[in-house]
Amino acid sequence: MSDSLLEVQNLNVSFPGRGGITHAVRNASFELGRERLGIVGESGSGKSTMGRALLGLLPQTAIINAQKMNFSGVDLLNCTEAGWQSLRGRRMSMVMQDPKYSLNPVMTVGHQIGETCKLQLGSNAADAKRRSLAMLEAVKIRNPDRVFDLYPHQLSGGMGQRVMIAMMLVAEPDLLIADEPTSALDVTVQNEVLRILDDLVRDRGMGLIFISHNLTVVSSFCDRILVMYGGKIMEECKASELHNAKHPYTRALIAAAPSLDQLRAELATVKRDPEWLK
Amino acid sequence: MIEVTNLNVIFRNGGSAMHAVRGVSLDVAKGETFGIVGESGSGKSTILRAIAGLVASTSDAMVINGHEAGPKRNRDERRFMQCVFQDPYGSLHPRQTVDATLREPLIIHKIADKDAKIEKALSDVGLSPQHRFRYPHQLSGGQRQRVAIARALILSPPILLLDEPTSALDVSIQAEILNLLARLRKSYSLTSILVSHDLAVVAHLCSRIAVMQFGRLVELINAQDLRTGHVRETYTQELISASKGFTRNKKI
Repeated sequence: MSDSLLEVQNLNVSFPGRGGITHAVRNASFELGRERLGIVGESGSGKSTMGRALLGLLPQTAIINAQKMNFSGVDLLNCTEAGWQSLRGRRMSMVMQDPKYSLNPVMTVGHQIGETCKLQLGSNAADAKRRSLAMLEAVKIRNPDRVFDLYPHQLSGGMGQRVMIAMMLVAEPDLLIADEPTSALDVTVQNEVLRILDDLVRDRGMGLIFISHNLTVVSSFCDRILVMYGGKIMEECKASELHNAKHPYTRALIAAAPSLDQLRAELATVKRDPEWLK
Repeated sequence: MIEVTNLNVIFRNGGSAMHAVRGVSLDVAKGETFGIVGESGSGKSTILRAIAGLVASTSDAMVINGHEAGPKRNRDERRFMQCVFQDPYGSLHPRQTVDATLREPLIIHKIADKDAKIEKALSDVGLSPQHRFRYPHQLSGGQRQRVAIARALILSPPILLLDEPTSALDVSIQAEILNLLARLRKSYSLTSILVSHDLAVVAHLCSRIAVMQFGRLVELINAQDLRTGHVRETYTQELISASKGFTRNKKI
């Protein structure tokens, strides 16, 4: 795509532990323009860790090194805490998987979105309220005035996820990292949320990193896909070309999923090759 | 094998009532795998729980294996049908070894030859004897779900009730568990009801499928209809198109 927003070269993330060092991400390199990049993999493949590393949200104990980690001109490797603070929210932000755990349960929806406006955009109370309501409307919440005064427990899963997206997008970041934003939702609601993300990405020219374990969703929603296994990027391909994927792991993942289109007597199981991680 | 007529489940909470299942009738033949799909809150799991006797329900008739089931299941009826739940982390006792977990139903139902039964149940679900004295936290998600299935099968029940048995698992592990269920179904000629929100999983295992919405049974279809999209109700069509992935709005 046009200009490169994010450039990562040889990113390694490891966690020292009692049983030795766990390598969560190994030699990951990729580039992101203003496009939708999907990252797929099983649990423990390092996809969320990579997303968090990009935002500097990993715990202190994590060892991160890379040859290059650049976000529109800013070197993320030598970023100070103050530097991160100026990036997070305003320039890039992250939508988490579960709105139940990621929203503050004792703050109303309006208060939470307004807080972002006040902190990131220096809005006053009236301006924050105006922006919050406009944002709630943008994520297709039918009755923004009512939802503004609700607490997170009064929202359904789909609404909660929209509120999360509204909160992250109100500061208009250049990069949005969505970590399994639809995994906890029903299929019909999932598509509504995806549509909102899609419109916003297109209208505002954002870059989107979409982390998911669902191959069907990623292949139909994203432009490009990275397939991760054991912390390594196995394959990179165009989303529309996923069914022609070459790597045995990607092929095995596709074959393991039951499909609505064709009848499979027995599902293929994934045979893992230690060679892949070398 | 299972016949339910006009099943209603109402949850009362103080003054308010929540009508979770409204007048659902279904019958499941012997050896059949019957699927129930629907979104969250559609009442699909509640039907399963009502059949298992885990929630209070009213119905015109609930006949299980030729016997009228009362409001509470007695021990024989409970032995007759066993459940596997969604979350393998939540359904196993964290302080009990696999051995203790599998032994408990045998003690309750006073079944002899416990050790041999436990060994057989473990090998049936593809676990090796070395897993027998482990705790749930020492097992992977797929292995835990295998233990839950072994616990359900150790009483050799003719009926197995499956409530989203693979939704907490990765695709690759899901494939293993689905293959395991298909194999066990054959070798034990099990009658089962599978509840899931994943149409592809249901179409893979089940012959007939009930589609639920707001506590009502919207449509009864067979797996072939689900694949070809020959369904009557618009709601079912919406579900099918939604599970085939995201469709982008054409730019105006």
